[in-house]
Amino acid sequence: MASGTVTSSEYISHHLTNLTFGYHEKTDSWRFVNTDPANGELALPHEFGFWAVNVDTLLWSIGLGLLFMWLFRKVAKSVTSGVPGGGQNFVETIIEFVDDNVKGIFHHKNPVIAPLSLTIFVWVFLMNLMDLVPIDWVPYIFNEMGVHYMKIVPTTDVNATGGMALSVFALIVYYSIKQKGIGGFIKELSFQPLPKIFAPFNLFLEVVGLLAKPVSLALRLFGNMYAGEMIFILIALLPFWAQWVLSVPWAIFHILVITLQAFIFMVLTIVYLAMAHDDH
Amino acid sequence: MELLYIAAALMLGLGAIGAAIGIGILGGKFLEGAARQPELVPLLRTQFFIVMGLVDAIPMIGVGLGLYVLFAVAG
Repeated sequence: MASGTVTSSEYISHHLTNLTFGYHEKTDSWRFVNTDPANGELALPHEFGFWAVNVDTLLWSIGLGLLFMWLFRKVAKSVTSGVPGGGQNFVETIIEFVDDNVKGIFHHKNPVIAPLSLTIFVWVFLMNLMDLVPIDWVPYIFNEMGVHYMKIVPTTDVNATGGMALSVFALIVYYSIKQKGIGGFIKELSFQPLPKIFAPFNLFLEVVGLLAKPVSLALRLFGNMYAGEMIFILIALLPFWAQWVLSVPWAIFHILVITLQAFIFMVLTIVYLAMAHDDH
Repeated sequence: MELLYIAAALMLGLGAIGAAIGIGILGGKFLEGAARQPELVPLLRTQFFIVMGLVDAIPMIGVGLGLYVLFAVAG
């Protein structure tokens, strides 16, 4: 941070504040978030209403999505059946890895699932990868340019992970109804664990189970990334000569965590969609 | 305010117990399976990592929130 004296809790909460833009009721204006009285009028994050967006999350997630699409398109355009270059090898490895997983779990015919899984895996991985960028670099640069809040890891914002999980949930409901019809879907929800007499109870259980899927999907990714980011922030509070002792091992361990969480998000998406296609 | 330290300690400690038991059982069963059928190791390893991610998630969230309470709210 630019200013000289900040307490540790100020430093932490500054790093956990998104660049929110939206309608602020107290000042009756459309404006950015501001938690520091030195930078003008206060607008705390929780004071914003429903019509607020986290500009940094949108910026970084869409940017990384475009990076993914540009990179894979570039490689696909220049693909060769001769000796493949490094880029082609790399992309082929990822695609085969995702394809193996989809083939192992998903046994129906649906052309959407494999591209969806590839997108989820690479996109979530890239968003998680921003966690390994030292936490003060990018916020410092933006601070010098006059933007005081910048969270560069989109997956540490529950809105990003929640949005992805809701999209997966919409697909689950869509394919359930498409495969079994509305009647079949309701039948599956209400006649399942117990005999038909207990239909309302079954329905309640199954609907709770259905709604728990997107919630757990979103919170698992968010929680892991948030905890990782939190520990990096706490390490950054140590004196500068002691930081590498902790941040290097944690960063190395975190490489495992970010890959694993991207992989789990992908696998669970495939599993849920395979369950939606299964006819009982 | 002192209760916040107890709260953070409980979150970290109980989460650690759960994760330790879960991953302990999981790792033991994985080794057992690998010893019985070494040819299944690649398959088992994938499944092992999936379940490890599932078991690991909740305690990890607990650690994050616990440290947030400890350093940002109470500190």
